[in-house]
Amino acid sequence: MKILLMGNPNVGKSVIFSRLTGVRVIASNYPGTTIGYTQGFIKLGEERAEVIDVPGTYTLEPTCEAEEVASQMLDTGDVVINVVNAINLERNLYLTLQLLEKNIPVVVALNMWDDTRHRGIHIDLDKLRELLGVPVIPTVAVTGQGIKELVENIPRAISPDSPVRSRDERWAAIGSIIDQIQRVTHRHHSWFERLEDASVKPLTGGIMALAALGGAFMLIRLIGESLINYALDPLFNNLWAPVLLRLSNLMGGSGFLHDIVIGKIAGGEVNFIESFGLLSAGLYVPLAMVLPYVIAFYLILGLLEDIGYLPRLAILMDTIMHRLGLHGYAIIPTLLGFGCNVPAVLSTRILESKRERFIAATLISIAIPCAALQAMIIGLVGEHGGQYVAIVYGTLFLVWIILGFILNHTVKGFSPELLIEIPPYRLPSWRATLQKLWMRVYGFLVEAVPIILGAVLVINILYFLGVFDAIADFTAPLITGLWGLPKEAVTAIVIGFLRKDVALGMMAPLGLTAGQLVVGSVVLTMFFPCIATFVVILRELGVVSMLKATGVMVTAALVVGGILNLIL
Amino acid sequence: MPERKQLTLTQMRIGQSGVVIQIQGGHGLVNRLNALGIRAGKRITKLSSMIMRGPVTIQVDGAQVAIGFGMAHRIIVEPVQAIK
Repeated sequence: MKILLMGNPNVGKSVIFSRLTGVRVIASNYPGTTIGYTQGFIKLGEERAEVIDVPGTYTLEPTCEAEEVASQMLDTGDVVINVVNAINLERNLYLTLQLLEKNIPVVVALNMWDDTRHRGIHIDLDKLRELLGVPVIPTVAVTGQGIKELVENIPRAISPDSPVRSRDERWAAIGSIIDQIQRVTHRHHSWFERLEDASVKPLTGGIMALAALGGAFMLIRLIGESLINYALDPLFNNLWAPVLLRLSNLMGGSGFLHDIVIGKIAGGEVNFIESFGLLSAGLYVPLAMVLPYVIAFYLILGLLEDIGYLPRLAILMDTIMHRLGLHGYAIIPTLLGFGCNVPAVLSTRILESKRERFIAATLISIAIPCAALQAMIIGLVGEHGGQYVAIVYGTLFLVWIILGFILNHTVKGFSPELLIEIPPYRLPSWRATLQKLWMRVYGFLVEAVPIILGAVLVINILYFLGVFDAIADFTAPLITGLWGLPKEAVTAIVIGFLRKDVALGMMAPLGLTAGQLVVGSVVLTMFFPCIATFVVILRELGVVSMLKATGVMVTAALVVGGILNLIL
Repeated sequence: MPERKQLTLTQMRIGQSGVVIQIQGGHGLVNRLNALGIRAGKRITKLSSMIMRGPVTIQVDGAQVAIGFGMAHRIIVEPVQAIK
């Protein structure tokens, strides 16, 4: 049996999904969190049933790709759990009525039931069950209330065989249902609601956005740096370095195998970045340089997501984003890109048109450095002074704006306007926020660390075989002539395709000046997406768009790297 | 009794309430707005608007919706007197 969880965006489907199946999925407080589909299993008596968390949709007449996925999936299911937002029943019932017209059994989960009381909403449940003709179970997914009853009622789901109605007939039917079952009493504005209003007004909203983003940036740096300085650096320097030195002695202090495992050791000291071995840089880069910032970034992003701030930022950014051929909601994939470009490109599915998706994905993969790369930029470029880090970010921001402007005027097609529901502010639950943080950090550990180790291995072997020297001589005119980097820097650019954090780490032993490091960082960010992002863009946009995006990237990186080299 | 004036959503004052009279647009636009609960006969309240022809935010039933300027311009509303 296949159970589909369907409902409007941001009604809590993913939280119910986690409750039903025990499978942890990313849940956030904004419409469009789930863009693909997630599958889990639940035991119903003796039977094992498949549960699918379907992306949110307002209607079965899709208006964007995530909604298309939802309506296509309907044909494959045996039962629908229609998750409905109790505080916004009228609008949610439109999809419910559409589902009831289909030949598939439905059970309704009336979620966020606890919110109805303090919002002065009274719903006559028995009457609602009678009018809809299907089981209706009040639930509070975040606390688990009503989930057991929901599971018990899955076998009682029925298809009431409603007549197929037109749009206007459906709305008329909903109006009549609401009149019979819902009563709303007056109540005063809460403190939260005043804050909600203030955050979408130009002046107060602008101040709040600056405070939120500035605060987020400072907190990320504070947390990331503290983790490095007080936890991971001491750990590596005091505990791991002596172990490596002893191991190095045991292995004879040099040789091919020694260099792969431990790396070059100069002057009896381990320099974790420059000793480019599996157990030195191979562990130090992902765990002591990148991981702290991954943790810091996803903690703060998770809080912003769960509070419900991001859609409000989208409103404030809308006018600017239109100049780039996007609308305000594209700020959400863009912010995700500061963590990792892969989920960022995937989440461009919340944008309606192909043109927007192409522009958003291209801009993200060119101008948005992921957390791993940023950690290395802050670590390596930051050693020369904060102003150089600022030049890197400033350049990328300019590239984002200028390139977006150019794409807006050259890419054919149409970019629709912003139309989004803004969720209420919610106090994030620490448990849920930390769980989400853990999922993302765990994802980084299992996906990035093996690739980083693999990259270090490959680099060492290629060095040994002299492959890089051959490439370096061949590309010297470009690398040295145009970008002003030593010809050996090409190895880093090539490895950037595997992992950009490792690639930037490879520039450390080259003894670059601050200006060269700035050029290197910018070129690495822009030149080419890492392999994971490359694959996702290819899959999401197709070969032609991928080639176009790549062309834009290479050209932009050549030009910008050249200009920076002339200025610095 | 002032005359029953009709305004577009962009012309409404912030904090003003009104009843949606008409959505001037094609099937697609009407569908998308309907799906968010914005349709003829619905009472809405304008919460804010962004500068430089930015989006308009409205309250409709229990939800807040942000609508791009061009779309908001095509939503015709008849203001209602605020009841204190």
